[in-house]
Amino acid sequence: MNTHIQVNNLNAWYGKQPALKEINIEIPKNQITVIMGPSGCGKTTLLKTFNRFLELNDGAKITGEVLVNGQDIYQPDVDVTEVRKRIGLLAQRPYPLPMSIYDNVAYGMNIHRMKKDRLGYKASVKHYLELAGLWDEVQKRLHEPATGLSIGQQQRLCLARGLAVEPEVILGDEPTSALDPISSQHIEKKLLELKSQYTTVIVTHTLRQAKRLADHVIFMYMGEVVEAGPARNVFTNPQQERTRQYLEGLF
Amino acid sequence: MKMNRFHRRHITESIAKGAMLLSFLIMAGSLGLILWTVLYKGLPALTWEMISQTPKGGFYLGKEGGILNAIIGSLYLASGGTLIALALSLPMALYLETYLGKSSWGRWVRLSLDVLWGIPSIVYGAFGFTLMLALGMRASLLGGIIVLALLELPIMVRAMDEVIRRMPVDLEHAALALGSTKLEVATRIVLRQMLPGIVTAVLLAFGRGIGDAASVLFTAGYTDNIPGSLLRPAASLPLAVFFQLGTPFPEVQARAYASALILTIIVLAISLGSRWLAAKAGKFTLK
Ligand SMILES: Nc1ncnc2c1ncn2[C@@H]1O[C@H](COP(=O)(O)OP(=O)(O)O)[C@@H](O)[C@H]1O
Ligand SMILES: [Mg+2]
Repeated sequence: MNTHIQVNNLNAWYGKQPALKEINIEIPKNQITVIMGPSGCGKTTLLKTFNRFLELNDGAKITGEVLVNGQDIYQPDVDVTEVRKRIGLLAQRPYPLPMSIYDNVAYGMNIHRMKKDRLGYKASVKHYLELAGLWDEVQKRLHEPATGLSIGQQQRLCLARGLAVEPEVILGDEPTSALDPISSQHIEKKLLELKSQYTTVIVTHTLRQAKRLADHVIFMYMGEVVEAGPARNVFTNPQQERTRQYLEGLF
Repeated sequence: MKMNRFHRRHITESIAKGAMLLSFLIMAGSLGLILWTVLYKGLPALTWEMISQTPKGGFYLGKEGGILNAIIGSLYLASGGTLIALALSLPMALYLETYLGKSSWGRWVRLSLDVLWGIPSIVYGAFGFTLMLALGMRASLLGGIIVLALLELPIMVRAMDEVIRRMPVDLEHAALALGSTKLEVATRIVLRQMLPGIVTAVLLAFGRGIGDAASVLFTAGYTDNIPGSLLRPAASLPLAVFFQLGTPFPEVQARAYASALILTIIVLAISLGSRWLAAKAGKFTLK
């Protein structure tokens, strides 16, 4: 297995309340890893440690290592904006930036000064909107407010804008939970198409979605990783009693 | 039994509705009455001469001239004060939100701003006057602008602070997730989302600034000339109303109402203009 993200002895607390306990996992490169487990077990918290979002919570504390390509992103000399550029996030609900559809996609490239001229931006905006499967629907209204899009379109716009900063990893925290079934399918399809180019980590609360997407599975319970491994093994032959119970829908 | 309760609830609702309607009518009625009084008493005296000339000799006895000095003076004073207040309050509000947040320092700053907001404008005037005396300054446009800026600052910062606090935190996170710095989030995202609210805050402050008489009474003084320099005294519309209304001559008193009418029209125009601007700025914002 080609490891992209490696987590060593990771612990996290909100105040004095532990949220993650001794996490040791490996996220394979260019596959979809699904994190599942009951509500409140720490899935979101774990995901937030990958793009250093946990530190946005006052009082959140973290110990241990998160190595991306072997480099610990919590070392003091690491530039947090660079971490977040390399590790993109698709949130639970889409929040378009208060600007046009075009500018939403161009924004990230712009702050990182990734293109030389207007033509460069234009071509990239088109490219990433196509990659997110939104180009056909918005090409005639690029300069209209992004807030005018449907919520499903907004989520694909958020995908496009995240891809535009050329990340290596896509994180998704229940990225379809606010969407209608058709829009969810759209996003799932895109994630499957993109996985050959991006390492993808998705949190989901629905077992069916986990089965549709996962190459690799991490099952969590009360802040601990109970079981992790290739999807086929975990789904068909879980090693832990808790995992088996969860897969059978017992909690 | 059940019918009865229904009945009581309906009566309660009718009373509440009636009370709300009554307070609305009182409010709308007073506004109408004010506008009507100003129009009725001021319109006959509102001539081209009034708005195009400065006072000539004997103006305050009913002879010819106009209040161009006060119109220009008020626009200078309020625009200058608002501009300075804006330049100071925008970074203040952003700092308050981005770096102080809900910390105890943030609470202290907000409390002091609220206290400042509540201080009567005559106190600002007296404070400014004392300060100017100490500095050896005379009543001047600059003095008036500075005191108006101080008067408007707490209004503007707190109004913007409220606007910024209504900013959805998830939107900031969306920008941070793309690798933005805090400064980029503040200037490119927060500011844009808040622009309509900021326009409204500026208007609020400008309205208080241009309508205030007490703070400019000692600090800007009054003059029949259009101020030619920041260090010369400046007239203002509220004081023009005050002085003219204080004379025993009916034609001068009518001009006071005309001056009030001009002030009202200016405020109305700025209010409508800023609404239009806010709607334009709000085109892209998250609702
Ligand atoms: N901002 C926070 N402050 C305090 N406790 C939190 C915060 N966010 C999450 N928690 C707690 O941490 C635990 C894990 O939460 P979370 O990672 O959101 O779980 P999940 O995403 O699996 O539902 C829960 O017990 C939750 O109550
Ligand atoms: Mg969660």
